[in-house]
Parts: sequence; C-alpha cells; structure tokens
Amino acid sequence: MINELLFMNGYGAYVLSAFGFTLVSFLTLYLITKVQFIKEQNKFVAKFGLLNSEKAKYAKSQRINKEILANATNN
Amino acid sequence: MFKIFEPNKIFQITSKASKYVLFLFVVVLSVGLTEALILSPEDYKQSDAVRIMYVHVPSAWISLGTFSSITLLSIFGFIFKNKNFFLIAKSLAPSGFVFNVVALVTGAIWGKPTWGTWWAWDARITSMLILALFYAIYLISWRIYEDKEKVFKISTFITILGIINVPIIKYSVDWWNTLHQPASISILSKSSIHSSMLFPLMIMTAAFTLFSLLIFLMKYNTELIKIKNKGLDRL
Repeated sequence: MINELLFMNGYGAYVLSAFGFTLVSFLTLYLITKVQFIKEQNKFVAKFGLLNSEKAKYAKSQRINKEILANATNN
Repeated sequence: MFKIFEPNKIFQITSKASKYVLFLFVVVLSVGLTEALILSPEDYKQSDAVRIMYVHVPSAWISLGTFSSITLLSIFGFIFKNKNFFLIAKSLAPSGFVFNVVALVTGAIWGKPTWGTWWAWDARITSMLILALFYAIYLISWRIYEDKEKVFKISTFITILGIINVPIIKYSVDWWNTLHQPASISILSKSSIHSSMLFPLMIMTAAFTLFSLLIFLMKYNTELIKIKNKGLDRL
C-alpha cells in the first residue's frame, strides 16, 4: 500500500519532488519572515527600554506601540 | 476616505490574526495533501503525474493574482497619495514571488514526464519567467532606494510595466501554439476538469491562499514595526 503510494505508477519521484519543493519553499519563506519579524520586534523593545520615563510615556500613548510591546511579551 | 487602511487600526487586527491563519492553513493543507496525493483519481492519459497540478496550478493563480493586486495598490497609492497602499503592496510581494518560482519549478518537473523536457521556451512558460523577473525587480527596487518618494514612483512604474505581461500569460495558450495545455477551468463557461479533481484543486488553492495571507500579515507587521522603530529614534 505504502509502496504503491510512493511509486505512483512510476511518477512518484516527479510528484513527490514537486510537492517537496513546494513545502520546503513555504517553510523557508515562513522562517525568513518570522526571523525578520522577531528581529524588528526585539529591536523595538530594546529601543523602548532606552527611552526616559517621559519619552516612554509619550511613546506608550500611541496604541500601536502598546500593541507591539504587548505582542513582544506574549511571544 | 481610506481611514479603514490606517496602520494603527490594521495592526490591531493583523497582530492577532496571524496565529489563527497559521492554524487554519495547517488544517486546510492537511486535507488538501490527503486529497491531492491519496484520494483523488489518476488521469487516464497522464496517470499519477497529474497530481503535480495540485501544487502547480494554485501557485500560478496566486502569483498572477498577487501581482495584479500589487499593481492596483501601487496605482491607488500613487493617485490617493496613501503610503499604506504601498506598504500593503510591498508586503504582498515576497509570497507572490515564491509562488511564481514554485509554479515555474513544479511546471518544469511536470514537463519532464509529460512533454519529455524540463524546459521549453514557449509563450506560457517564458511569460511566467518574465513575471518572476518583474517580481524580482520590484523587490530589489525596495532594497536599493532609500528615498521613499522615489521608491513609490519606481515600484509603481515596474508594476505598470509588469501588468502588461499578465494578460499575455493568461491568453498565451490561445494566441500561440504552445506545449502548455489550454485552461481546463473557466469561470464563465463549463470547466473541462472532473469534480473529483476540481475539489482537491480548490482545497489546495484555499490552503495556498491562506499561506499567502499568513506571510502578508507577518511581513506587514514587520514593516509597521520598522516604521515605529524609526519613530522611536526621532523621539
């Protein structure tokens, strides 16, 4: 049964390599995008930590900044 | 007019949506792979080689749809002077490019057992390669130019030039004699593909669309955080 599934009437190598290439491409793109996202998020948290209390209070008044910080602590 | 597209409002949604989209993508992809590799029937002519269609066709559709969306967004961004349209367009490009490459590579793999060759310079395949080049030039333009106004203009120009190629890709199989088969699926007329093959094709298209959405959300959030990082520098 498994042999039949893999052999696919002689086309197994073509079919599985097409599916394999697709899934590897997806995984690579996902990992690259995820790494870029985490890098920028960490950069933001580090920069935010360097702000003095007044500037930090002002930065935190922006909703989007609050969201980024909340997401960074959740991850 | 475009208040709904304000980054602050979008980020609230996009930052939470990606994990749900990832979950949905894994579920739909699992169903799609089971259908495509195990449950769907083999073709009477191509035998099991036809299964490559389930990754090749959705990839080609999505890469074409994504490039068209990028063009529309760039033109709107240019007309309405809305930077967020450019940001959305830029975030769509990486997945569109990868789908384009997947369509080309899986097409080559499919070509070997059915046509006896990995590659042919026929109209459909060559025009898809040209689309990949436009994707690459578009992505490179965002990396090369620092000046935002300049990159908005140049990237819009690239997409306008590239969109001319999209109808050529679509109708290349009708306008020229090509190795590539004509379209089996049509929205306006009856499709020539059997429902037992159409169903897995639609499931795989849904899975790939979800993946494209997932990458878009992650990329868009990254771009927004980049902007906010610059904002912190200015404080």
